[in-house]
Amino acid sequence: MTITTTRHRAGDDWLRNALPKLVLSPSFAMVLIFVYGFILFTFYLSFTDSRILPSYGLVGWENYTKLFSVRAWGIAVDNVLIFGSLYIVICCALGLMLAILLDQQIRAEGFIRTIYLYPMALSFIVTGTAWKWFLDPGIGLQAVVRSWGWESFTFEWIKDSDMAIYTIVIAAVWQTSGFVMAMFLAGLRGIDNEVLKAAQIDGASNWALYRRIVIPQLRPAFMSAFVVLAHMAIKSYDLIIALTGGGPGTATELPATFMYSYTFTRNQMGIGAASATIMLMSIAAIMVPYIWSELREKK
Amino acid sequence: MSFLEIRNATKSYGAVKVLHETNIAVEEGEFLVLVGPSGCGKSTLLSMIAGLEDVTSGDISIKGRSMNGVRPADRNIAMVFQSYALYPNMNVAQNMAFGLEMHGVPKEDRDKAVAQVAELLQIQPLLDRKPGQLSGGQRQRVAMGRALVRDPDVFLFDEPLSNLDAKLRVDMRTEIKKLHQKLGTTIVYVTHDQIEALTLSTRIAVMYGGYVQQLGTPKEVYDNPANMFVAGFMGSPSMNLFPAKVAVENGRAVAKITLADGGTGTLPFADGNAMAEHDGRDIILGIRPEAITDEDGADRNSNAIHRIDARVEITEPAGSDTFVVTQFGGKEVTGRFRADVDVKAGDTFPFAINMEKAVAFDPKTEERIG
Amino acid sequence: MSTNASSQIIRTGSGARFVIYTILALFCLYYLLPLYVMVVNSLKPLSEIQAGGMMALPGEWTLDPWKSAWSTAQIGVAATGLKPYFLNSILMVVPAVAISTVLGALNGYVLTKWRFRGDTIVFGLLLFGCFIPFQMVLIPMARMLGLMGLAGTVPGLIFVHLVYGIGFSTLYFRNYYEQFPTELVRAAMIDGAGFFTIFYRIMLPSSGPIAVVCIIWQFTNIWNDFLFGASFSDFDSQPMTVALNNLVQSSTGVKEYNVHFAGAIMAALPTLLVYIVAGRYFVRGLMAGSVKG
Repeated sequence: MTITTTRHRAGDDWLRNALPKLVLSPSFAMVLIFVYGFILFTFYLSFTDSRILPSYGLVGWENYTKLFSVRAWGIAVDNVLIFGSLYIVICCALGLMLAILLDQQIRAEGFIRTIYLYPMALSFIVTGTAWKWFLDPGIGLQAVVRSWGWESFTFEWIKDSDMAIYTIVIAAVWQTSGFVMAMFLAGLRGIDNEVLKAAQIDGASNWALYRRIVIPQLRPAFMSAFVVLAHMAIKSYDLIIALTGGGPGTATELPATFMYSYTFTRNQMGIGAASATIMLMSIAAIMVPYIWSELREKK
Repeated sequence: MSFLEIRNATKSYGAVKVLHETNIAVEEGEFLVLVGPSGCGKSTLLSMIAGLEDVTSGDISIKGRSMNGVRPADRNIAMVFQSYALYPNMNVAQNMAFGLEMHGVPKEDRDKAVAQVAELLQIQPLLDRKPGQLSGGQRQRVAMGRALVRDPDVFLFDEPLSNLDAKLRVDMRTEIKKLHQKLGTTIVYVTHDQIEALTLSTRIAVMYGGYVQQLGTPKEVYDNPANMFVAGFMGSPSMNLFPAKVAVENGRAVAKITLADGGTGTLPFADGNAMAEHDGRDIILGIRPEAITDEDGADRNSNAIHRIDARVEITEPAGSDTFVVTQFGGKEVTGRFRADVDVKAGDTFPFAINMEKAVAFDPKTEERIG
Repeated sequence: MSTNASSQIIRTGSGARFVIYTILALFCLYYLLPLYVMVVNSLKPLSEIQAGGMMALPGEWTLDPWKSAWSTAQIGVAATGLKPYFLNSILMVVPAVAISTVLGALNGYVLTKWRFRGDTIVFGLLLFGCFIPFQMVLIPMARMLGLMGLAGTVPGLIFVHLVYGIGFSTLYFRNYYEQFPTELVRAAMIDGAGFFTIFYRIMLPSSGPIAVVCIIWQFTNIWNDFLFGASFSDFDSQPMTVALNNLVQSSTGVKEYNVHFAGAIMAALPTLLVYIVAGRYFVRGLMAGSVKG
């Protein structure tokens, strides 16, 4: 409580105290309405009989039971699990390896880093287009190798329902692994040289040095990489559209493409909303604890 | 009414009270130092005077005008920060003129004021430089210049010397003192360095745990500490504090202390009559190192030099003096001997103790009793 | 990125170094391959690609695929090339980036220098908004844009990108201003500067680096967006990514791969240029987006 004896310009004072919050409030209001309000709205729709347009007749859990009985959703979930885990593991392994190799006082390090990282600047649509034709059996890799004389060479993953999902992994890893490399490289550069010297004096080999001292200290980088990659995997949409269009058939359908097609082309808005809700839940399960811990550390 | 008056001011953050009821009155031209360890509330009090923090309850007034609810800009104060807080994007002259500009002073007058202060502080050659191009000492001067230009009622200093190296710190200390004497400004100065407090201030407020422990002139605070915290905090090496027991011998009060070899030493109080009423009481006796000397080094003007033979545990030659450590009452006690005194660890040596400078504390309340 | 290699002390033999350089070089090929394919094939006649010559340099160099992609290729129903859509993207990106950066700077300033009870929660809510799957807002946003009369327009897209871009720009400026000494703000307050004066005279002049990071990030993200573009635009307001996809996916007629590659490069060029010119800031932006708090 402030005791006021000389508050001459009460209006001025009020404005002065409220000004920072006033400046913040448009952004906050926008986010409250367009993020959290909309989340609630979509969540509500997932319990209604909405079809081509939102409708407000409540149907309980019907959309969710329907959702989990639809074959396409099952495929989408399986795909996101396969794609997500391969994407995360390969990106991390490749990123870590390249970071360690690049950390050996490499000449032209800056140049190499630039090459590894540029795919991150591209749109997934561009990446998808490039890989779509490169992997196309008719004109791409297969045709090229055959034209070189290996007539029986076959590489038709992108046309093969069982293998198409792995082409998504190839393109996605190509796009993101350089970025993961940069994250690990930053982590490596943050490690105290004295510790390494001490371990070397203790007689650790290079291999032991990395396995026992360096890599364990990269835990925060692993955490960040995991969170970023997992969240990108769940949200993946553009790349599938550009690379396979979800095909062949529905072989490379992911939750994001499923949601879009059920909501806007198949006019099953209720089911679409239910699938979006599940996507949100899984991302929240990863992001909320992460943001929480990052903000708490600050205090 | 005093020039700057702090009446019953408190500060709480939620349920945590970081500053308890504080009363300080500062006269015009005084140099008040708030000193204490970190977290004692001194910086909070300074921020409250500046208006950067609200007063939770109570009142702060400058020139008789209550400052509650008044913006920092309207208090006619200036502040020198620990990090100097020079605006990195402005050059020195712009930095100094910024406050005047914000207060609507015309360009001409601003330039004049800046030139004047720059001359006073001898920083004219720096006026066109950016803060990033200045050394620590130069930044410090510019920060003071920025405050001086404003010609404020009160100057506030928040640990202004703590980012300088030791040598420069001493130089700047002298400079600040000179400046104060020359300009006669009113200053409130926060520091954790008790030597700065003693050398600069006309009055000191020793703070700890959100309370002002003692408010007084440097001499009062040094010679007559109000409690064990002040006694221990002010002075370096710090005051020796060791347990003793009051006894009455021949009608005069004495302190009985246990020596390192298990024997008992007797130290008659200088004011034996007053202490007699505490007969039999356990006390903590406080004696500064300079009041424990070799016999030749003892203060000739004192009528209460007493000799105790005690075993020397360690000697620490420090150039101008030799510090000699023994044990009284189971505590390490440091004496300040002449540099060339011939004493080794293990010797039993006569210690001359000036009891005029001894003070006694209650072991439980830690408050002064005599 | 700092330059002290953590393995300054780790010695590697010359044999090992040869292996390391070989591996690094192979990966350079891997990352460059798609770019090579795009560039080379955008400069050759379609017949060379169809004959299995995708990896070969053009036998006959030609700019026709570029011309076609830019001004005559069939996009959806109109044979306009990508030019109008490139313009749409520019019209969309510039205001969206500018406004979200300015708002982000102000928000970051308030959240670090004018803190209030609950400010961390406000920031947390803003931040989480960056990471939601946007599928969750597609349905209500489509209706909202309709209600506001912005459905299928470029201003509608600007609005959408603004709303969902604010979280990131706030994140950047907040983290940057957190390091900015609060004593400077206090000094300015004592000097008599108010909320906006402090922002304009003290904070902004020091905000260059983070503004660049934020602008690059927002530019890249908004330029590369596909989902919002596909959901909320009409034929005449489509951004570049959507138009490129339409070009590539169109099922009518012969597939003009060389034109597709030329179009893809056009869509990639602005962000690629930014990356090459300001790579350092680009990387910093990526990092800040992943290492929060």
